[in-house]
Parts: sequence; C-alpha cells; structure tokens
Amino acid sequence: MMAQFSQFRLKGLVFLAIVVFALPLFISNPFHYSLATQIALIAGAVVGLNLLVGFAGQISLGHAGFFGIGAYFSGIMTSNYGWSAIPALIVGAVGVAVIAWVVGRPILRLKGHYLSMATLAVGFIIAIILNNERELTGGPDGMPVPSFDVFGWELSVFGQYSLFGMEISGDLAWYLFAGVVLLAAVWLAQNLIDSPIGRALRSVHGSEVAASVVGVNTAKYKSLVFVISAVYASVMGALYGHFQGFITPSVASFDFSILLITMVVLGGMGSTIGVIIGAVVLELLPQLLADFQEMEMVLFGLILMLTMIFMPKGLLPTAANFLAKRRAKSAGGDA
Amino acid sequence: MFKKITRRASKVAAIAAAGLLAMNVQAADPIRIGSFLSVTGPASFLGDPELKTLEMYVEKINKEGGVLGRQLELIHYDDAGNASKARNFASRLIRSDRVDIIVGGSTTGATMAAVPMVEQAGIPFISLAGAVVITNPVKKWVFKTPQTDRMAAERVLMDMRERGLNKVGLISGTGGFGSSGREQTLAAAKAMGGIEIVADETYGGSDTDMTAQLTNIRGTDGVQTVLNFGFGQGPAIVTRNYAQLGVELPFYQSHGVASDGFLELAGNSAEGLRLPASPLLVPESLPESDPQKPVVEAYKSEYEARWNTKVSTFGAYAYDGLMLAVEAIEKAGSTDKAAVRDALENIKGHVGVTGTFNMTPDDHNGLQANSFRILEVRDGGWKLID
Repeated sequence: MMAQFSQFRLKGLVFLAIVVFALPLFISNPFHYSLATQIALIAGAVVGLNLLVGFAGQISLGHAGFFGIGAYFSGIMTSNYGWSAIPALIVGAVGVAVIAWVVGRPILRLKGHYLSMATLAVGFIIAIILNNERELTGGPDGMPVPSFDVFGWELSVFGQYSLFGMEISGDLAWYLFAGVVLLAAVWLAQNLIDSPIGRALRSVHGSEVAASVVGVNTAKYKSLVFVISAVYASVMGALYGHFQGFITPSVASFDFSILLITMVVLGGMGSTIGVIIGAVVLELLPQLLADFQEMEMVLFGLILMLTMIFMPKGLLPTAANFLAKRRAKSAGGDA
Repeated sequence: MFKKITRRASKVAAIAAAGLLAMNVQAADPIRIGSFLSVTGPASFLGDPELKTLEMYVEKINKEGGVLGRQLELIHYDDAGNASKARNFASRLIRSDRVDIIVGGSTTGATMAAVPMVEQAGIPFISLAGAVVITNPVKKWVFKTPQTDRMAAERVLMDMRERGLNKVGLISGTGGFGSSGREQTLAAAKAMGGIEIVADETYGGSDTDMTAQLTNIRGTDGVQTVLNFGFGQGPAIVTRNYAQLGVELPFYQSHGVASDGFLELAGNSAEGLRLPASPLLVPESLPESDPQKPVVEAYKSEYEARWNTKVSTFGAYAYDGLMLAVEAIEKAGSTDKAAVRDALENIKGHVGVTGTFNMTPDDHNGLQANSFRILEVRDGGWKLID
C-alpha cells in the first residue's frame, strides 16, 4: 500500500518535471516566461501552505505575511546593507521560522475559526508594519529589489546566459531556475508527507482527539508544519521579490493570503500537484480574462463559484476520480 | 574599389527599399498606445477618470484623422492598484502587445514596479502618479504629468510666507500620500528657510476623531497656521474637528482633497481654508489672459458631456499624458522609440490642463510649483486667490 503510494507521488514529480522542462519548447514570448516564472514561485508557496491546510487540516489566512517578510527582508538586506541574496534568503527564512514558531505555539492550540482568525491577525500586523515603516520598506509606495545573485553571479531577467553551450535569455534562465526551485519544493513536501511526520499530520487531520489518544503529540506536529509552511512562503517570497525587482506591501496583503488559500482549495486540498494546478489556473485566469475588461471580475468570480459547486474536492481530485470511475466502468464492461 | 562602391550602393538601395517598405506598412498600422491603470480597487478614483479620459480622447483624435495620418489604438489593462499586476501588464504591453508608448500607472507603486522593465526595453513611458521618486533621479525613458507632492508643499509654504505665517503646525495622515507629503513638507520648509514646522502630528487612515492632535497643535508655542496633508475622509474629519474646536488660525489642506467631494464631506467647516489645486476646479475664474483657460474649459466641458459625471483632476493627468505623447510623436515624425523620447524631453511650453510643461533632460516632469493655484473655500465653493 505504502509502496504504491510513494510510486504515485514519484509519478507526480516526474510528470511535473516533464511539464516544467518541456514548456520552453512551446513558448518563446518573454512575457510568457515571466508569467510562468511567477506562477512557479507562487506555486512553491502554495505547496508549502498545502502541507498545513491539506495535510494537517489547519487554516492559515495570514500566509502572505510570511511571503511578505521573506520578500522584504531579502530586499532590504541586499539593497541597503549590501548582503548577498542567498544569506539574506536563509536568514529571512530562519527569522520567519522563529516568528511562526513563537506565534504558532499558542495559536495552534486554538481550533477552527479561532485559529484562522489568529493567523489573519498575524498577517494583518505584518502588512501594517510593512506599510508604516517607510524608512525601511518605502511604505505603501514599495521599494526596488536588486537582482538575485549567487556568489557574485547575477541572475537578472535582463541578462544573457549560456547553459550547456546554448545562449539563453534572462527570462528563460529565471524560468528554469524557478522551475527547479518548484521541483525541489515538491520533492521536499512529498518526502515530508511520506515520513512519520506526514502520517502524524494526517492523523491530526482525521481526528485530533483520536490522534492524541494514540500518542501523537498534536501540538508539536501542528506547530512544526506551521513553521515549515511559513518557511516555504518566506523562501518563495524572497525569490519573488528578486524576480519582480520591485515590491509593495500588497505581497503581504490579506487579498494575497486569500488568493493562496483559494489556490489550495481550488486545486484540491492535500494533492501537491493539484494545488500547483490551482496556482496556474488562478494566475493565468486574470491574464486570459483581461481582454473582457469590465467583465473580468464577474467572470473570474463566476468560474470560481461554478468550480466550487461542481468540483468541491478541487480540480485534480475530481478529475482523477472521474477517470478512475470511467476506468472501473470499462473494466467492469470487459468482465 | 569599384566593387566596394557598388556594394555600398546596393546596401544603400536595400536600406532605402526596406525603409520605404517599412513606411508603407506603418502608414496602414495604427499607433499603439499602451496603458495600465488602477481602474478597480482602492485607487479606482484615480484609474477610472484616467481611463475614461484616454478612451474619449483617443476616439476624438481618431475621428479627426489620427496622428501622422495613422489611427491611435489604445490597449489598456486594469492593475487594480496592485504593483505586481502592474509589472505584469507593463511586461505584456511591451513584449506581447508591442506598443509604441505607454501612458499609465495610476499609483506611484504601480509606476515604480514597471520602471525597470520600461528602462530596459527602452520605451517612452508617461506616468500619471504623483511622488517625487518617479522623475527624481531622472530616468531616461520615464516622464510624468502630475506635479510632485514636493511642489504642493512648496506652493503652500510660499503662500504662508506671503501672508507672514512662519510657524506651521503640521498634521498628516499615515497613508502613502500623507506620509510622503509630510516628508516633503519638512524637507521643503528646511530648504526654503524662514519658515518652521513647530508641531508634527499624525493620524491613522481609519481614525474618526483628530481633536487630540489638533489640541496639541493649538497648544504649541507660537504656532501661526495649520497644514493638513492627507487623503480620503481623514482631512474632512480634521476640517470638522478644526471648526468644532474653534481654532482661529488660518488653515491649509493639500491638493489631495482638491475636489468637490471634499466640500460636501466637510460642509460649512471648510469655510476659509486654503489649498493648492489644479485650475480645473475654477475654470471660469481664470483670467482671460491665462493660456491654460481654453484648454481647461474644453477638457471640463467635453468630459462632462461625454460621461455625465463631474470632471476630476486625476483624469486631467491622463489628458496631459496623452497630449504630450501625441505632440512628441508628431515632432518625432514617427513612432521610433528613441526619437519620440528625445522629442518628449524637448517639449517646451506645452499648455496642458495641469500646467504648462517645459521638459528638459534634467526635468522629466516639466512643471513648476506655481502651476498649482491657491484656492480658498468661500460660500461652499472655490475662490481663486493666486
């Protein structure tokens, strides 16, 4: 059973890798690369959030706050204090881990609505701080972020790079980098899910009481996964900031928190590949609907509503279910 | 030798032919004007009149035969006041839609998010957002039409000094507009000299009572006048509290509330206060000698006739942006990006609704502080002072 499970997960990772690396064969427009890069980075944060929502069954309405801290910490340290991007990203992530652990311990004792309200408050506080500390963050008008650098080697969307003897544009280089980061994020998440921690988390999701009765330290696992998902958001936020080149407090806004949660729910809670599809759909839809001008918001809302009514389990699980049923039917017909 | 000449001649011929071909194609192609505006979301009060203005004037110009004999095509997106979206749409305009010039960026955040892309791609960009950072330091491809908050602060302080009011109590909102205005006021006071900020109070965006801050200011030694830098409902509350407290000192507001909506909110309490504003609020009081008068009057009547709503100063930024773009393209004689940029930079004496633009390589805004008019509220309406 378990072997089958892992095999299925491995298949997901391979499938994702094929999609990520095959995509450049079909697109050549730099704008599309830039969009794909953004989607990959946000999808990484969503994969982390899914660990908390889909596996541990806890809701966070403040995840954009952690994303924002990652983006701003890296942005401030690299532009004002001359740090290199990698240490800024790591220190930022450690800082976020500490914050998440400190606030997570008490608030994860809360259940249901109270927990989501507490995370909501944390997100709001972070957004307010980013808005008000003008000296550091540039306030509501935002701040520029230098390009991402690794040991003196700079990754800029405007650069030209050679990879395995091929000349590639900065946009493509960023896309490939973001794709690899996303694959690593998925690989880590899937390993975590298949570990004892993952099983403990699923038991918490199933029934917290039952889990604690059989000896699972629910508080410990809940705060652990909260910290992990916050670190995911922070790392992706830092990369996102460097990629965008300019950030405003909207990266930490409540709206963005909701968008992240919606990606998880729409794609299919608990399905790593599913939530990535959720991120792709929710990032692409506004671009596709932009041509409808005034109708954009209405159509966007309508699509979300219909999806939730007819596919309450999310896009991927519903589709997988549908396929499985058909297969069962045709197998039955053969017999 | 002969070979060389023939080769060169054939090259010249080829280039000339290619040029002719390109010109033929161009004559048929519309000029593509790209725009990303905050039409929805918290900054929709900026983006909505801006989009309406762009739409109606692109239509009008096309009816009158277009620019350089080519029609204009407006390609616009709604960034909803979100900087990441603004960057995406700027990228889409430049790389996917391949526009010739961009007129847009309702907020400073949206503008600044698009700037790196614009600079890299080398495409002329006229921003409609306020803050100083957009054009200072000067960026090669970036221009803007609204006056900066620094100019508003200078204009107010100039008026105060003329009235002999040298000790100013400042109260400002903590939002983007208020806090940037506060910084610029402090800096302007220091730079101008002879005028001093003696009290410096702030209030939050959702505060409903500012009597405490105003009482503090009133209690400050030697304070002669009060300036409120803020946006939205905050300044209206400050104005009401000011009247309720019966403060006798001359009162100033910023250009952030220079709209008829503010007069409705503040009611009688606004009587006697002064603020820097666009001449668009008082087109009929402008003297006949004012070169801006016909432009302002025409924009106001055309906008109100087309959309059946009150004209707004923010829409005027878009009007000026579009007209500057049109003049630059006409002067350049083509949509060659570098030529249009050079033409933009050398526009002199362009009379717009917001002011008279004199661009230079060091000044990509081209306006002076005196393009703001000082207005006073009298009998529930605006009265032009200076």
